[in-house]
Amino acid sequence: MAPVKVFGPAASTNVARVLVCLEEVGAEYELVDIDFPGKGHKRPEHLARNPFGQVPAFQDGDLILFESRAIAKYVLRKYKSEQVDLLRESNLEEAAMVDIWTEVEIHQYHPALSPIVLECFIYPTLRGLPTNQRIVDESLVKAKKVLEIYEAHLSKHKYLAGDFVSFADLNHFACTFYLMDATPYASLFNSYPHVKAWWEDLMSRPSMKKLGAGMTTRVHLC
Amino acid sequence: MQTEHIEDRSQGERASSSKEGREVKMAAIKLYGMMLSPNVTRVVTVLNELGLDFDSVDVDLRTGAHKHPDFLKLNPFGQIPALQDGDEVVFESRAINRYIATKYGSSGPNLLPTPSAKMEAWLEVESPHFFPLAQTVVYELLIKPLFGATPDTAEADKKAAELDKLLDVYEAHLAAGNKYLAGDVFTLADGNHMSWLFLLTKSPKAELVASRPHVKAWWEEISARPAWAKTVASIPLPPAV
Repeated sequence: MAPVKVFGPAASTNVARVLVCLEEVGAEYELVDIDFPGKGHKRPEHLARNPFGQVPAFQDGDLILFESRAIAKYVLRKYKSEQVDLLRESNLEEAAMVDIWTEVEIHQYHPALSPIVLECFIYPTLRGLPTNQRIVDESLVKAKKVLEIYEAHLSKHKYLAGDFVSFADLNHFACTFYLMDATPYASLFNSYPHVKAWWEDLMSRPSMKKLGAGMTTRVHLC
Repeated sequence: MQTEHIEDRSQGERASSSKEGREVKMAAIKLYGMMLSPNVTRVVTVLNELGLDFDSVDVDLRTGAHKHPDFLKLNPFGQIPALQDGDEVVFESRAINRYIATKYGSSGPNLLPTPSAKMEAWLEVESPHFFPLAQTVVYELLIKPLFGATPDTAEADKKAAELDKLLDVYEAHLAAGNKYLAGDVFTLADGNHMSWLFLLTKSPKAELVASRPHVKAWWEEISARPAWAKTVASIPLPPAV
């Protein structure tokens, strides 16, 4: 069976979302370079894969997919096993919990934390722009409110959807990794011991250790 | 006032059923929110498509009811909607929709046909791409004026320009032999768009839809569904809109 293909740079948070799922299920995959710095994602060859001209795109045989969460779910469903079931779709209540905290990452967590990553790391590194400290400060206020809610939740549950690791937890990988590794705000989590413990537990997983290694340096190559 | 509304609801129901002198079947599903909120009507859209009975519990943002401890027990982020189905509590409208479409899938049309890569992709497109842009445009140019607040027209125009580019992709997709977003059948991908898309067509930026023949036809098709008529009837828009 041919390995599946992921199109896009590994340093992209949305590409990383798919890669962490592929690593978790132990699937064979190939990361295909599409010349992202040279705007390869806007060229016809890539637009045929993703009409929005974004990364990632994905190919499994004749099937082409786009939207990182749709790709990730496809991977998690295809390679689901007794040992690795990160969507819990055969259990309605567990699946609902996975869905809730997947949505929460999109609408609450990411909007609060990602401006910090963008201002402190991505913009200075990739565009040579200075950090807008006002945006960082406003985001820190929002991030603290969100993390308080996560803290309360994670003091009752080991992982976001319950006592099992799931797609909901994995979705938090890239954005959090950059916050910890590439900004001065890693200590933000120190005030939220259960969140910190949850993050450290996730980072001890082979998938995240492997993808994290060198991730920050690879951004410089974007 | 709203806290009493939330707390006293069960008492009110019991009183009415004994007053009736017969057993009144109360809906197992309770939807918490206000019908003016398109994030709430995102769920109402799907409840009606599936022909499900539900009770609406008013959580009026204007009174701060969404920050009351009783509501925070349902959604710790203090946002509407939240849904209670027996003992199960779900929040985040798209998670709710997926839950009810999965659980009650046999009650009505199958909104989650699997496997459907197209449906999954376009379902995802709504959340981070369409929704934030449509929300800003609608909020600034339609909702704020309704409540007497001054719109940020610069921000609205900026997001409308981005939405313009985004809808080009929808137009091309729907022109390529796709009657609905997932292909030949109406799915959750279409359903999740409807509440904000509806208000977009009522806003000063309605031409974003009207100027695109396939997007326009798609909207006319999905908004002609009988279940949608029921949903629209429950949205208390002022006559001016």
